[in-house]
Amino acid sequence: MTTVLPATAEETVSIEIGGMPIDLRRLDPSFRGLIENRYAGFVGTSPNSRLEFDIDLCEPSQSAAGDDLEVKNEGGEWLLKRGDFHARWNPETGRGQIRQSASPYAIDCVLRIVHTLILARQGGFLVHAASAIRGGKAFLFSGVSGAGKTTISRLAPPDATLLTDEISYVRREGNRYVAFGTPFAGELARVGANQSAPVSAVFLLEKGLENRIEPVSTTEAVQRLLRNILFFAHDPALVELLFQSACEFASLVPIHRLVFVPDQRVWDIIG
Amino acid sequence: MAEKYIARSRAIAARMLGGEMMVMSAADSTFFTLNEVASAIWQAADGRTPLSEIVAGKICQEFDVDREHAQRGAERFVDELSQHGILLVSDQPLLDSAGSPERQ
Repeated sequence: MTTVLPATAEETVSIEIGGMPIDLRRLDPSFRGLIENRYAGFVGTSPNSRLEFDIDLCEPSQSAAGDDLEVKNEGGEWLLKRGDFHARWNPETGRGQIRQSASPYAIDCVLRIVHTLILARQGGFLVHAASAIRGGKAFLFSGVSGAGKTTISRLAPPDATLLTDEISYVRREGNRYVAFGTPFAGELARVGANQSAPVSAVFLLEKGLENRIEPVSTTEAVQRLLRNILFFAHDPALVELLFQSACEFASLVPIHRLVFVPDQRVWDIIG
Repeated sequence: MAEKYIARSRAIAARMLGGEMMVMSAADSTFFTLNEVASAIWQAADGRTPLSEIVAGKICQEFDVDREHAQRGAERFVDELSQHGILLVSDQPLLDSAGSPERQ
């Protein structure tokens, strides 16, 4: 008979993003160190989360992280699979397992997917956008790769707190939306501040010859938002949820186009 | 020419926002914005009313367009949306196949 021992506190790290802690259990000491370093600022103190994953490290396979990602729901359980990891997660119990090599990229991808799946049910989402807090208000700067998320982040003035230069975390709270900092870094390779603030506006980034803010139609706002929202599972119910979330968001939060030149003066018109 | 019956797919998400109807395919995430005429056809796609009747009884009445012109436009619209699985098309009534009306 095999006895499964509970994970000890020493083997567990709680990563809290968007106010939602996720316990990573059964970590070996060296991998635990790597995780704590990567998610510095987001490591929680209380390993009593509703969500927990047992980590099972294995040798790296021939497959690379660039392999196609597969996310599907089987019998109520989510299966997440890529070349460098194989995970399953039961949203009812909150428990799951991740079998992966000792790579931070694998755990990073799993966390993004799990947060996306949870947020979708709550009217929120992860979106390709830099975000920052200024004057108690959060501003999102959304765009595809190359649109200027890193540039606008790099140009942020000292009174702006950078939440992320790559993936913004948006949660619905009543009739408002709140942006949270994330450790999901882009080219700046800098973990965001673990802070939050109500979303005041979204700027769709576009490089130009001058700094100006332009209106966009609601339709364009929703379409651009949907293009940038992280979405992993081709599940019709989830597509419907994210579509409705994007529409709700666009009806409550001002969305503009920000045409900008890459110098600090662009921040003069934000805030 | 055979009659066409059209129905909204269930595998879509749709919503009227800012006076415009937005429709997205759940299968391939294709996004459409429908103008007023297209929205009227979309709303009327109940699987039971022939397309020609939708055109004659709704489009021509509400938008003051001639029937031949409206029918051609409606056929093009239906063809395009059916290619993305957003509208279902048949030469027989599509009973119980139309998706729910969009959220307002």
